[in-house]
Amino acid sequence: MSAPTPTSPTRGTAGGTTLRRRRRGPRTWLAALPLLAFTGLCFGLPLGAIAFGAVTRTDPGTGATRVTGEHLARSLQGPYLDSLIGSVQLSALTALLGGVLGVLIAQALVTSRSTALRSAALTASGVLANFGGVPLAFAFIATAGISGVVTQLADLTDLGWDLYSFTGLAVVYLYFLTPLMVLVIVPALDGLRPQWREAAQNNGATGRQFWRHVGLPVLAPSLLGGFVLLFGTAFAAHATAAALVGGSVPLVTLKIADALSGNVLTGQENVALALGLDMILIAGLVMAVYLPLQRRSARWLR
Amino acid sequence: MAAMTPTAPRADRAEAAPGAARARARRPRPRIWRGAVLALAGAYFLLPLAASFVFTVHVPGQGLTFEAYTELLGAEGFLRSLLLSLGLAAATITLSLLLAVPALVAVRIGSPRLRPVVEVMCMLPLVVPPIALVTGITTVLRWGPEHLSRTPLYQTFLAVQNPDFPVVLVLAYTVLALPFVYRSLDAGLRAVDVPTLVEAARSCGASWPHVVLRVLLPNLRASLAGAAFLTLALVLGEFTIASLLGFQPFAVWIVSISGAQARMSVAVSILSLLITWLLLLVLSRAGTNPSSVSAAPATSRKES
Repeated sequence: MSAPTPTSPTRGTAGGTTLRRRRRGPRTWLAALPLLAFTGLCFGLPLGAIAFGAVTRTDPGTGATRVTGEHLARSLQGPYLDSLIGSVQLSALTALLGGVLGVLIAQALVTSRSTALRSAALTASGVLANFGGVPLAFAFIATAGISGVVTQLADLTDLGWDLYSFTGLAVVYLYFLTPLMVLVIVPALDGLRPQWREAAQNNGATGRQFWRHVGLPVLAPSLLGGFVLLFGTAFAAHATAAALVGGSVPLVTLKIADALSGNVLTGQENVALALGLDMILIAGLVMAVYLPLQRRSARWLR
Repeated sequence: MAAMTPTAPRADRAEAAPGAARARARRPRPRIWRGAVLALAGAYFLLPLAASFVFTVHVPGQGLTFEAYTELLGAEGFLRSLLLSLGLAAATITLSLLLAVPALVAVRIGSPRLRPVVEVMCMLPLVVPPIALVTGITTVLRWGPEHLSRTPLYQTFLAVQNPDFPVVLVLAYTVLALPFVYRSLDAGLRAVDVPTLVEAARSCGASWPHVVLRVLLPNLRASLAGAAFLTLALVLGEFTIASLLGFQPFAVWIVSISGAQARMSVAVSILSLLITWLLLLVLSRAGTNPSSVSAAPATSRKES
């Protein structure tokens, strides 16, 4: 909490105000310190360990550590490269689909006049967006797996349906990505003020023109931000894929877990660290596009 | 609100002569579009839940049975893992709010230049997938036995990995939860005019703790509750970090029984959704109920 300023406001002179203003800066700064220290320690330390381990090799005999690019090089070859590409493809596809579906649902909710429906749907989105992982995989196995209820009822297998594939995984991912997009984009849609629409209409704009010149430009950063969030979530998802497909779809998270669980050759741990670094770099690149745009949207959606 | 309806009627309207009156006359159409979207979404999101429930109670050839649920409470490890998850969630929520609230309020009131720093620090965990984070954590934890075994720090390394209450998971979960906590709190703070509120309270003679506890926090109640929900759900469902570090909270336990008892694992999956849902509802009540205060954040959000 910010420390109390000693000057009592009853003094109320010009001198008192300047004194207070001068003191406020450094003291409020202190309140942010625990957060910064915590992230530095609990987030920065593991990150540093990843970066350090990915580019060094320690000789188990002598204990000497030297810098090497071999782990990173290996993480960009053969099956590891395939898994990276597979992850990026799956994440981009599901983020795009989930983004579009999420915006449609969010717009339906925002324009709906029923507050009960709205709050119920938002609570449901909050739960479903976090319903990833193992329980979701089991729910889908029971629904559309080989002996799943819907598979049996609708003879999905004859139609070429396979839950344990790229397509199946995409359908499962959409289950938590779409509600996530709804959660992210509803505030932005709420921020589109009716007055802007009325102003556009009074100036003779059509609905299409309103969306093209006002609505979409204002929403664009939020839309892109939502897409990035979805991409990152899909890219990072591990539990769902682990429980569903095992190894049949190449994904980088599954490869890392294999390498970490230890039943592999020595040196694999450093490849896991290198793969982790690759993941962070890819996600970081996307984020670097997103942050400047977010700042632009803050101007309109306050 | 209906004036904001989007895409569906666009095409026809572009052909017709544009005009506010005409556009307004077409209000009923979006309602059909809206109904269709919501119905389809509802079907997609309810189907797996309904189908998994059928899966747990209907055994082909035997008919209905509720064994998967009745055997659950007695199942080995069920209560222990659930309580562990709830404890971890409580600790994570407390820690993340204690860290984030002062920082965000401070950034709003007096240190706007810190804002990008705090934002980047809070949003960065989004860039680092849990599985990458866990590779880093295992590496750091290995330093304990390797380099620090003769220093007092080693005891700390052992203590944070206590299997009864793994503090290391709380720390990792707090990192993972920060982006969600930040988003929720930042949205709440945006809805309230913090500097004006603070100045008003200060010029009425309120002390700083009073300003934060009696003026700001009540206004942030909804977003505090929102941050708590997201963190709770995140912790209850987290699997990757806990399983790779070798602990057994709820999600890891479900997997451990799935091989032998498929039906029960699906039953627990449904229950875990219901438990999460119930907790969220209780918490959202707690966050918004006290009637006089709760009206304030709701209206101020709409106005801003």
